[in-house]
Amino acid sequence: MSEPVSALGGLRYEGFVRVEELPPRGMVTLRGDLGSEGLRRAVRDLTGLDVPDAGGVSQGAEHAVAWMSPDELLLLMPHAAAPEAVTQLQAALAGEHAMAVEVSDARAMFRLTGSGVREVVAKLAPVDMSRAAFRPGMIRRTRVAQVAAALWMPEEDCVELVCFRSVAAYVFGLLKVSAAKGGEVGAGY
Amino acid sequence: MSTRLARGGRLIDRARPVEYRFNGRRLTGFAGDTLASALLGSGQMLMGRSFKYHRPRGPVASGAEEPNALVNLGEGGRFEPNQRATTTELFEGLTATSQNHWPSLDYDVGAVNTALSRFLPAGFYYKTFMSPRPFWKHLYEPFIRKSAGLGKAPTQPDADRYEHFHHFCDVLVVGGGVAGLLAAREAGRAGARVLLMEQTAHWGGRAPVDGDRIDGQAAEDWVRHIVTELEAMENVQLRLRCMGAGVYDHGYALGYERLTDHLPGADGPRHRLWRIRAGRIVTATGAIERPLSFAGNDIPGVMLASAARDYAVNWGVSVGDRVLVVTNNDDAYRTALVLKEAGLDVPAVVDARPEGGGELARRAEAAGIRVLKGKAVAKAKGGKHVTGAVISSQAGEGAMLEEIACDAIAMSGGWSPVVHLWSHCGGKLSWDEAGAMFRPDPDLPPTGADGAGFVIAAGAANGHLMLGETLRDAAEAGARAVSELGATPASPGALPAAEAPEEAPLFPVWMMPQGAGHELRSKAWLDYQNDVKVSDVRLAAQEGYESVEHAKRYTTLGMATDQGKLSNINGLATLAQRLGTEIPKVGTTTFRPPYTPISFGAIAGEARGETFQPIRRTPIQDWHEARGAHFEPVGQWRRPYCYPQGGETHGQAVAREIDATRGSLGLLDASTLGKILVSGPDAPRFMDMLYTNMMSTLKPGKCRYGLMCSENGFLMDDGVVARIDEQTFLCHTTSGGADSVHAHMEEWLQTEWWDWKVHTANVTEQYAQIAVVGPNSRKVLEKLGGIDVSAESFRFMDWKEGVLGGVRTRLFRISFSGELSYELAVPASEGRAVWDALLGAGEEFGATPYGTEALHVMRAEKGFIMIGDETDGTVIPQDLGLDWAISKKKTDYIGKRAQMRSHMADPERWKLVGLETVDGSVLPDGAYAVAEGRNANGQRKVQGRVTSTYHSPTLGRGIAMGLVLHGPDRMGEVLDFPKVDGEVVQAKIVDQIFFDKDGEKQNV
Repeated sequence: MSEPVSALGGLRYEGFVRVEELPPRGMVTLRGDLGSEGLRRAVRDLTGLDVPDAGGVSQGAEHAVAWMSPDELLLLMPHAAAPEAVTQLQAALAGEHAMAVEVSDARAMFRLTGSGVREVVAKLAPVDMSRAAFRPGMIRRTRVAQVAAALWMPEEDCVELVCFRSVAAYVFGLLKVSAAKGGEVGAGY
Repeated sequence: MSTRLARGGRLIDRARPVEYRFNGRRLTGFAGDTLASALLGSGQMLMGRSFKYHRPRGPVASGAEEPNALVNLGEGGRFEPNQRATTTELFEGLTATSQNHWPSLDYDVGAVNTALSRFLPAGFYYKTFMSPRPFWKHLYEPFIRKSAGLGKAPTQPDADRYEHFHHFCDVLVVGGGVAGLLAAREAGRAGARVLLMEQTAHWGGRAPVDGDRIDGQAAEDWVRHIVTELEAMENVQLRLRCMGAGVYDHGYALGYERLTDHLPGADGPRHRLWRIRAGRIVTATGAIERPLSFAGNDIPGVMLASAARDYAVNWGVSVGDRVLVVTNNDDAYRTALVLKEAGLDVPAVVDARPEGGGELARRAEAAGIRVLKGKAVAKAKGGKHVTGAVISSQAGEGAMLEEIACDAIAMSGGWSPVVHLWSHCGGKLSWDEAGAMFRPDPDLPPTGADGAGFVIAAGAANGHLMLGETLRDAAEAGARAVSELGATPASPGALPAAEAPEEAPLFPVWMMPQGAGHELRSKAWLDYQNDVKVSDVRLAAQEGYESVEHAKRYTTLGMATDQGKLSNINGLATLAQRLGTEIPKVGTTTFRPPYTPISFGAIAGEARGETFQPIRRTPIQDWHEARGAHFEPVGQWRRPYCYPQGGETHGQAVAREIDATRGSLGLLDASTLGKILVSGPDAPRFMDMLYTNMMSTLKPGKCRYGLMCSENGFLMDDGVVARIDEQTFLCHTTSGGADSVHAHMEEWLQTEWWDWKVHTANVTEQYAQIAVVGPNSRKVLEKLGGIDVSAESFRFMDWKEGVLGGVRTRLFRISFSGELSYELAVPASEGRAVWDALLGAGEEFGATPYGTEALHVMRAEKGFIMIGDETDGTVIPQDLGLDWAISKKKTDYIGKRAQMRSHMADPERWKLVGLETVDGSVLPDGAYAVAEGRNANGQRKVQGRVTSTYHSPTLGRGIAMGLVLHGPDRMGEVLDFPKVDGEVVQAKIVDQIFFDKDGEKQNV
């Protein structure tokens, strides 16, 4: 087995916030009845986390569970753990109408760090990034400029953003131009 | 002559001189100047030439409404035409040139047009240039294009960067005059999220210039205090140099922020487009003064009274030594008083009102200014500059009573509320008889999703022109905005007290003097920028253009870059008068965003250069680039078309790639293929509906080629389906079709079959997919090892999962080339490593990467169809002889019903065949086969067309596929395909499988 590589090999950019591509992360799409006890238990057994409410993300040390739609979750974990996680979920949910599928490599992930992260995102995504509207623990499935993305804040002054792998270079370009020095908005976010 | 006064100028810093260039001349202004004020201060009143007649023009206004003073600004990558000198802040090194003149601003050849103006009336172009028709293209249009037109187009890429910003707030207040400030404070005190934007670089609007007092303070001081108060509120955002550009549905608004126009080259974006979603929008956009229509009102030196006052108060500039004031209202007396106080001569105030004005008029008289009541300017005199004015009675036809020498004329025809933003999204206007103005009709605001109005006009923009009522209205607007959003307005404090003189009513004047004959009317300008005169609008009415929208287009009134900010009301009043009707009956033209032109850069935002559009990259893209691939766009992907080596042409490279693949081993990056997982207890029956053929009978471990049709029966997509387990299918789609096919699946599942237990997931990008093709493909896989690929255990159309060469792999034995062929799907994160491993293991077989053109040629040699070549949205599978892939047993599939319609079942539909040129040449793509006779339009009848055509290196000749009338029944017939150059290529109808008809190569 060869060493898995991310789309951009971990590119970084220092603007008025730091932009970095993260190493490969394990991701599993889980579709099913998010209210079912079986599914909630399977998620808890795998990740140690509860299924979040609509628009939310539950975060643990190595895992996270993100709400993607009324019947879809995105489970995050170490990259090497994803294949086994799919097997485990499929076994646990054998009696239910549910689908678990690995999507780790279909994605690229970026982290933005710094006090201006909210402004950088607001330049690209039609999301209310003010403190009053968007807080750690929430997730938005949205777009950045012309492509789909999902984003959340692991903590204040930090945003993690996931997009499709094929557009990683485009998204990195967007984040760079939006984070370039001199572009601070000062919008009180 | 205009000049810099010794004193005054609240916005300039005389300690900081600023050098700039105008038409190559080196001039000096002060920090805080606009380009217009600096030029006037340098004695430069003439700033441009008009569009049609090339008449000399100076500024008529001091702000965003300016129609005349347009310049080419900047150089190189910062060159921009049509920039208003009145809103361009002066900076060190600014370079501007004037527009519309040749050879120079002072001596312009095109000005001969003005002498010919009686031959260039409204509609002149339509009347003159319509015939003879060919003259338009070859004579008239080139001539008109040369002589007309505004600034030049930039020739270099824009040197700056731009961006968007998405912002959400409760209350957006547009306009930072006293009304906007007060409305923002009311909303801010109630705790609402407020965004206040002002298009200029200064808060306060006109109030500090007008000299009125608020709460016992000079307006300027009151403004400073309220701004300080607003800045301290965390919930209030203030932005200067940010114009409310447009209001759209559901509280959406655009703000156009000019960050570095005044600091070119500074760090950061030049413009930022604010994309705002607001609960309520308060438009405190003020009012614009109207010109008066008298002969010669476009001569440099004639300007709005408010502008003359602004230049004196804001920038310490006098627009002339002897300034005649002409008005129909009290406000212009403020200008007379300001100029007098500045030590300038005001020979008279010509007041069209027989009774004259109120308190301000009395003050003017007390200051020794002569006031002429019931009088008019019949004609301004002068060429490139005003030299005097002929005075007549307003009531008469213009007989001269006296002539007054002057070098500037300050005119005021009253004020029009800026109702643009109120109107953009459907807010209606009502006509205010007393103020002779359109104002927002509070009962008919633009409405949101809930049916409630979401725009609230405030202050002068709402028709409240007097300071006291402006403040009261603005405070109410701010409080109303928050209470409509469900918040409680802060306890109402005392309304700021306004100290402003009582004003006498205005007297509407649409023509000065009212009885002016044709000669005077044909020199009275309505639209300065487009050179439309009172006589033109009257002519339009006379010729039957009664609708204001028609008259506008016929005369071009209000169609210039200023969008008629000064001319519209005067123009439609003139139209109403000529039609003998009332102004509100004529109505206004439509107000459309943006309020003033915004830059293309701001609209594009980040979408330029490498982020112009997303380009999708496969995990192997870097290798293709390093190898010097020639790329072609496929959807948003860029796929290698071929990999030229040395001095190869693309054709040579394609031939080499095909020969190598058919001869030994080829590799293709097929990662772009769509891969969609369909899973659930109802997946089999869902698959049977999606595809025309039977998918539910497919066994796990097997693959089947399938066709997907739209609801209308047309072939939409195709690909190989692999059954993963009893309830899971993996659907391969075309590279460009993955997203739309996934959306198609979800739409049917979510809207029609919502109760079916099926989930889908688009896993296209999870995998790198590599086709390993050719007689040696099995050997190279055996070298990698880990999956048994022997002919017996791994048959054509089988798939297997395992670890191949140490990598988790899903291996398909499928072929799009007719060769022994496999496709490997591996995790994308290991795709490049697997590609490299295949190249290494395949070295001994001469492993040759091939591109999409080799793929296309090889599939055409085998007679396989290609979505987008053989299909174009009008083709059904039956046209392509794919009946074998259409289940006769299924009761239904998407498109079945449509394919039963008479036209779809018509035996006259063209059918797919192979085409072989008689001379071996390559048929032109898209060529038509002609038939005997001509159709009803006199065109040659046709009986078929080419859908794919290539040179086949395998066969050494041109091969093609095409759709031909009764094609499959006409094997061996020769058809004529005329080329564009008139030559005819003959081609024989043949079976479309050109190569290895029995499939011996892939069945090994």
